[in-house]
Amino acid sequence: MNIFVLMKRTFDTEEKISISGGKINEDGAEFIINPYDEYAIEEAIQVRDAQGGEVTVITVGSEEAEKQLRTALAMGADKAVLINTEDDLEYSDQFTTAKILAEYLKDKDADLIIGGNVAIDGGSGQVGPRVAELLNIPYVTTITNLEINGSTVTVVRDVEGDSEVIETSLPLLVTAQQGLNEPRYPSLPGIMKAKKKPLDELELDDLDLEEDDVEAKTKTIEIYLPAQKQAGKVLEGELADQVKELVSLLHNEAKVV
Amino acid sequence: MARKVLVLGEVRDGQLRNVSYEAVGAAKTIAEGGEVVGVLLGASVSSLAVELIQNGADRVVVVENDKLAQYTSDGYAQGVLAVIESEQPEGLVIGHTSLGKDLSPRIAGKLSSGLISDVTSIEVEGGNIVFTRPIYSGKAFEKKIVTDGLIFATVRPNNIAPLEKDESRTGDVSTLSVDIKDLRTIIKEVVRKATEGVDLSEAKVVVAGGRGVKSEDGFEPLKELAQVLGGAVGASRGACDAEYCDYSLQIGQTGKVVTPDLYIACGISGAIQHLAGMSNSKVIVAINKDPEANIFNVADYGIVGDLFEVVPMLTEEFKKLKVNA
Repeated sequence: MNIFVLMKRTFDTEEKISISGGKINEDGAEFIINPYDEYAIEEAIQVRDAQGGEVTVITVGSEEAEKQLRTALAMGADKAVLINTEDDLEYSDQFTTAKILAEYLKDKDADLIIGGNVAIDGGSGQVGPRVAELLNIPYVTTITNLEINGSTVTVVRDVEGDSEVIETSLPLLVTAQQGLNEPRYPSLPGIMKAKKKPLDELELDDLDLEEDDVEAKTKTIEIYLPAQKQAGKVLEGELADQVKELVSLLHNEAKVV
Repeated sequence: MARKVLVLGEVRDGQLRNVSYEAVGAAKTIAEGGEVVGVLLGASVSSLAVELIQNGADRVVVVENDKLAQYTSDGYAQGVLAVIESEQPEGLVIGHTSLGKDLSPRIAGKLSSGLISDVTSIEVEGGNIVFTRPIYSGKAFEKKIVTDGLIFATVRPNNIAPLEKDESRTGDVSTLSVDIKDLRTIIKEVVRKATEGVDLSEAKVVVAGGRGVKSEDGFEPLKELAQVLGGAVGASRGACDAEYCDYSLQIGQTGKVVTPDLYIACGISGAIQHLAGMSNSKVIVAINKDPEANIFNVADYGIVGDLFEVVPMLTEEFKKLKVNA
C-alpha cells in the first residue's frame, strides 16, 4: 500500500494572534502539525502496519516545516517531502497548493492519500478535495472510520453530527475528522530513527512547474483582528432575581429572545 | 458590473435550508444588479423552486435524477457543472455546510477557479466584491477578492442576511436533464445521531456545557433549556473528552465553529481553544461557579452560580416569557 499524507504546519492552537505590518505576526509563536493532519498521519501509520507498504508525508511551505515533518517521521512515517515554495511564490492560495501537490502526486501511484479535513489557520478545507479532483480519484471528507478490504473501502463520514457509511474503492483520498483515532506521541527511539529517515526537498522547478501555472486565483487584501469585546455585565443579588434580570436583558436589551 | 450568479439550494429533509436563503442574499450582492439563478438538485425537488424565487432568486434551474436523491460529491458535481456549462455564470454561491464544504472544492478543482470558503460578509468596494472570512478559528479575519475567473464563495450559516420573502414574486423554472454516471462513492447507510431537531451550525441559540456539567445526565437541563429556546446543545472539548457527550457536539478550534444570536455557556471555563469556536456569537451568556473563569471575559452577561440551579430557573423564566409573548 502506497500511502501519502498531506500535512500543514500551523500555529499552535493556544497561540494568541497579533498582526504586524498587515500580516499575522509569527515572531516567537509555537508551530505544530495541524491537529487534523495528526489524525491523518496516525491513520496512515495504522493502515501501513495492517496492510504493509510505505507512508510518505508531504508538505508545501518553507524550510521551517522540516521540524513538523521530522515529528511525523518520529511518529512512524517512512519518508517526508518538503516542496519548498519560499523563493518562488510570494502569494499562494488553495488553488496553488493543490496544483503543486497534484503535480507531485500524479506519477506516484498512490493507493491512499490522507489529509486533515481543515487546517486551523486558513480554515478553508479545500486542498484535499481539490487534489483528488486533479488526480481524478474519489474522495470522502471528514471521516471518522476507515476499513480497507482488498480494493473495497468502507468509510464512516461525519455529516454535521450524523454518520454516513460509504463504500468506495482505491485509489482514494480521505480527510480526517476528530474521532478517527488517537494520534500517538513520538517515542524516544522514534525520534532517534526519524533523524536518519529520508526528507527530500523539492522546488517548483523539480516538478516542471512555472510560477504562472500555480498563480493564485484569489488575493488577501486585508487582515485584521476582531473588535475587542467590552467587559460584560456580571449580575448580582439573589439568584432568582438574577435569572429574572437576565431573561429581561436578553429580551429587552439584547433582543435575542 | 452586472453578473449572473448561481446559488445552490441545499435540501434537507425535503426543505430548503436557511443557509440557502442567505446564499441568495450573498448572490444578490455579487450580482450587482444582474441575475440570481437558483439551482436545485435531487430526485424530486422542483416544488421547492417557488421558495427560492419568493426568497429572491430571479429564476431556477432544476436537475432531477434518481441518482441525486442522496448527496454524493460525484453526482452533485456533475449536476452543478452541467448547469454551469449551460448558464455560463460569473458567480456561484453555496452554503458552507457539510455538503458545501465537500462539494465546492471539487467544482473549483474541476474549473481551476478560486474559491473563498466560509464567508461571513460580502461588500462591494471600489469595483471589487470583497469577501470577509474568519481565519485562525475567528481569532482574526481576512478580506479577500477573486483575481481570476469565477467568483465562487461558500457562506457560513447565520451570518449573511437573507432577502425579504415576497410571496407575490414569480420567475421562470426550467429543467435541465443531466446524465449522472460513475458514482464512485456509494452511501450504504445514514446513522442519525444525537443531533435531532435543530442543527448546531445553523442554530440561532446554542446552550453549551463544559466539564461543570459533570455527567451525561448533567446535559439534561441544558437540553430542556435549548428546547424551550428552539436552540441546539453544544459542548466544550472538556465535556467531550470526559465522555459526557458525543464529539459531534464539540465547539472549538477543533470541532464546530458557531455564531448564533445567543450562546449560553454553562460550566465552561473558557479555554482559548473553546473561545475560538464561539467568540463571534452575537450575545454570550456565561453561567459558572467560578467568578474568575475566563468565560466571563468574553460574556455579555454573566451569572456566578451553580448551573444546576441556574439553568432550570432560566428554563422556567423563558417558558413564562413565551406564554406571555
